[in-house]
Parts: sequence; structure tokens; C-alpha cells
Amino acid sequence: MAHLEDQRETVYKVDPANPETKDLPILRTEELLLNMGPQHPATHGVLKVILDLEGERITKSTVVMGFLHRGVEKLAEYGTYHQFIPHTDRLDYVCAMYNNFAYCRAVEKLMNVTVPERAEYLRTIVAEVQRIIGHLFWLGTQALDIGAMTVFFYTFRDREILLDWFDELCGARLTTSWYRIGGVERDFTDSLESKIRDFLAYFPPKIDEYVVFLEKNRIWLARTVGVAVISAEDALGYGLSGPTLRGSGVDYDLRKYESYGAYPKCEFSVPVGKNGDTYDRYWIRIEEMRESIKIIRQCMDQMPKEGPVMAEVPSVTLPPKNRVFTNLESMIQQFKLFSQGFDAPPGEIYCGTEAHKGELGFYIVSTGGGNPYRLKIRSPSFIHMGAFDYMAKGYMIADAVTIFGSYDIVMGECDR
Amino acid sequence: MHPLAETIQTRFPDGFLSAQEWRGDLAVTVKREALHAIGRFLKDDPDMACDYIVLVSSVDWPDEEERFEVVYEVYSIRHRHRIRVKTRVPEHDCYVDSLTDIWPGADFMEREVFDMMGIRFNNHPDMRRILMPDDFPEGYPLRKDFPLQGKGWRDTFDFLNEGAAS
Repeated sequence: MAHLEDQRETVYKVDPANPETKDLPILRTEELLLNMGPQHPATHGVLKVILDLEGERITKSTVVMGFLHRGVEKLAEYGTYHQFIPHTDRLDYVCAMYNNFAYCRAVEKLMNVTVPERAEYLRTIVAEVQRIIGHLFWLGTQALDIGAMTVFFYTFRDREILLDWFDELCGARLTTSWYRIGGVERDFTDSLESKIRDFLAYFPPKIDEYVVFLEKNRIWLARTVGVAVISAEDALGYGLSGPTLRGSGVDYDLRKYESYGAYPKCEFSVPVGKNGDTYDRYWIRIEEMRESIKIIRQCMDQMPKEGPVMAEVPSVTLPPKNRVFTNLESMIQQFKLFSQGFDAPPGEIYCGTEAHKGELGFYIVSTGGGNPYRLKIRSPSFIHMGAFDYMAKGYMIADAVTIFGSYDIVMGECDR
Repeated sequence: MHPLAETIQTRFPDGFLSAQEWRGDLAVTVKREALHAIGRFLKDDPDMACDYIVLVSSVDWPDEEERFEVVYEVYSIRHRHRIRVKTRVPEHDCYVDSLTDIWPGADFMEREVFDMMGIRFNNHPDMRRILMPDDFPEGYPLRKDFPLQGKGWRDTFDFLNEGAAS
């Protein structure tokens, strides 16, 4: 009993600094420290956030990461350029194709390799399919985190169709490694082409279905509209990119402004938000899925019906598999490329690619020889987490999940 | 020379060292004393207006006098140009002025450079390790003299004897 009395004594302490409240009992206003994670169900991957709370409001948040650090940048220095492609799958493991694409583009820029036209179209189609998968994954999990469970089942149903399509394309659903330096591993089959055409007809009404679930859902609106607002100026200063930056009204899309692949030949618009809140980021992702459908349809129509899918630069690119087993020179080429790699010119390049999360860039320093001297991955997830403390200030604990959910972070890419 | 590099050279004749253009990328090497002023100029000058920070990175050149290279890449949304700014530091005096006050996004990226390469940033608000554990005793993993398999710290960990449990 005496113990309880003591506690009350500390809770109702008079603040001597303020004479107005001298006679009033006031509540204890010590800050509370809350550990969120490392294995909280709504932290995407293994992430820990230490929240300083005042009541239920966040005053400061300290992000603790690195639980998934595997030293990918160090590993890159010990392998050839070709050998690093499967490592890029494991960066952002829900969207492996785009990582492959970004890495292969960077090496092609370093080696000055031009990709054949048909391969450019194939790459663009698969990249856009991957963007749809990424946005579906985001939409499902973000709605689930916020409390709208239904959408998750619908988006994952449609994501599954595309993952099966990937399975047929390259034999893997998630860790694909389908892109190669100078082209792609194999061409589409007729079955793949007809399946993607079926999907183009099937998918647009489904987007409207998700929208019905969310845009008339009062809980979803209450938890996204006006939450985690960031101005365009701050978003740029923090290095945000992708839908997170465009939600704040900045028109920055590398597909448009440093165009690559078959994007310059396609007509599409870049949706840009106004308010910079979570809802705008959601809206942009929905609109981007519609734009992706347009891009895929244009690519399917414009694509040359036949042609090589791999550049013929014997010192850099791999020979076609059927030649490796029948032709001695191709066998030697394959063996040399995998055992020693190709001789890259000394120099350094940075190549950014618009992945669905944001700008995924590779900064490669070469001093000649078969291995990169230094390879730095500019991963959007890591850089977005840098803005978390600033954006979470003043919001409730429950909004913390909304905020880092709205960046679309994947810890494999964040920690590398 | 690229017009942007020329502008930097005329504004900072003492700080500017060289400019390289390769595969369409512009890189400017500057003295580290001038790095902060040049960063401020790149952000605030209306002709530069590099408001978007792309990346902060570092390279280790163990055989050279000034061993470490710190790399900043910035982009201008208004003018749609990219500039890479590089500076060198020797190993015995491994300090660079932080650009966190210019681009707040440099905070995490500079912490990563410190964590991986051991380069410290002056006036940084929170200079701690970010990816490696805070008590990581083996130094800085991305340095060239750091072995790929580590220096043996993890061999000292206790493992659970899974066979005994069943």
C-alpha cells in the first residue's frame, strides 16, 4: 500500500516552474520509450524502430537496421560481373526482375554495349510486369497493415497469375535472374505471349475492383489522407524517389527523363500527386499500374516479331546455349566469361533505373579486369528510411506502420 | 570542359582540382576543405539548383597517398542535370565536412560510409554505425584490407547445441 502511495506522489507532482499550476496536480510527463520490432508483424522484414513517445505521439524515432546485412557490395568485388546478377535478385526479393534490369543496364553502360531491339522490348515488358507485381504486393500488404484485409486476397490472386507467368518464362517465381548483360536469357514463347495478352484484357477491371474496396472505405481514408505529409522540397532533400517523391508533386521519373529500354517508343504519362500524403502515394501506384498496362500493350504491338535477344559482343556477352554445346569457340567464350570475366575499361559510372520503389542505382568503379573494384547500390528503401524520423514526428504510434509502409520498403534491399 | 565544371572552377579556383567526363557522367574532384562550400553552391545557386541528393559513396585506394574517396552525386530537378562531386582524404586524417545541413538525406548515407569505410563526418548529427552492430570490433568491412570472410569475430559466438535439445 505504501508503495502505491509513493507512486501517486510522483504522478501528481506540482510543477514549481509554472506558478499558474502551482496548486493543481499535474500528470507525469516523462517520455516513454517503445521498441517496435525487430520482429513486429507489421514491420516489413526485420526492422527495429525505437520510438520516443509523449502519450501516443511520436516525438523522435531511431531506426535500427542491418539485421539482414549480407555484405553484397563486398561480395561483388570478389566475383565477375556476370556472377553478380543472381545476387541482385536477393536485394529486393519481391521484385527481382527490376534489380536484374538495373544492374545489367549499369554494366552495359560501363561496357558500352547496345542491346538488340527485340531484347529491349522484352526487357521493358517484363520490367512493367514486375512493376505491376510490386505495386500489387505493396497494395495488399499496406492495406493489411492498416486494417483493410480484403484487398490483400484480391491483389495476391492477381499477383499469382503473373508469378506463374514468370515461372514459365525463366523457371523461378521470385529469384528470376532472367536478364543478362547485353540482352535476356531467352525469348518469349507463343504461350507466354498469348498469356500476357490475356492478362492485359483481364487486369484493368480488377484495378477498379481494388479501388472500390479502398476509396469508399472510411477507415482507409481516415488512415491515409493527410498522414505522413512531406513537402516537395523536403522530399528532394531527403533523396526520396519513385511514387514517394511523385506523391509530393515532383515530376521525376527516369523512364521519361533519362529514358532507356523501349520506354522512349511508348506513350505513357507519369502520375504526380498534390498533397504528398500516404493517399497520394497510393493513388500514384494505382495509376502507374494502369500506365504499365498501356506500356505493355504498346510494346507487344510494336515489338519486332523476330530477332536476336542477346547482343553479339563476344568479349562481353554470353553465347546462345545451343551454340555452347555444339561449337568449340562458343564453349571457350562461355568458359572464359565465367571463369575470368570480361576486361572492363577503367572508369566509373552511375546508372539509375526507375524501379517501382524508386530510383535503383548502381555506382560501379572499375580499374580494369574482370571484377568491379567497387560497386555501390543506391537502394531506395535505405534512403527512404532516412526520412522516417522527420516524417513520423507528431504522428501516432499506429501511423508509424502507415508511414514506412507507404515507402514500400523491403529490408533485403535496405540492408543489402 | 563541361560548362557546369567550368562554373565550379571559376567560382572555386582554389577548391577545384579536376573534372572528368566519361560515358556521359560528369565528375568533379574538389579539395575537401571546399566540399561544404561547393555543396552549398550546388544547392543554392539558381543555375545549379541541385536539390535532389542521389547517393553518397566511398572508394578505397590503399596504394595512394590520399587513400579514401568520398563521392556525392546530386541531381537538379529543374535543369535535369547530374553532377558527381568527389573528394579525397588521407587515412591518418579521415575527416570530411558533413553535408547533412544541405541535404538532410545525406544523414543515413554518410553513416553508411562511416560504417563501411571508416570515414568520419564533421558536424554530423548522429555519427554511429548503421548496418553493422554497434559493438562490431573488426573495423570497416569495405576497406580493401578487410578479408571477405571477416577477421574471426563470429567464430567466438556461442552456438546452441541443437542435438542435445532432442
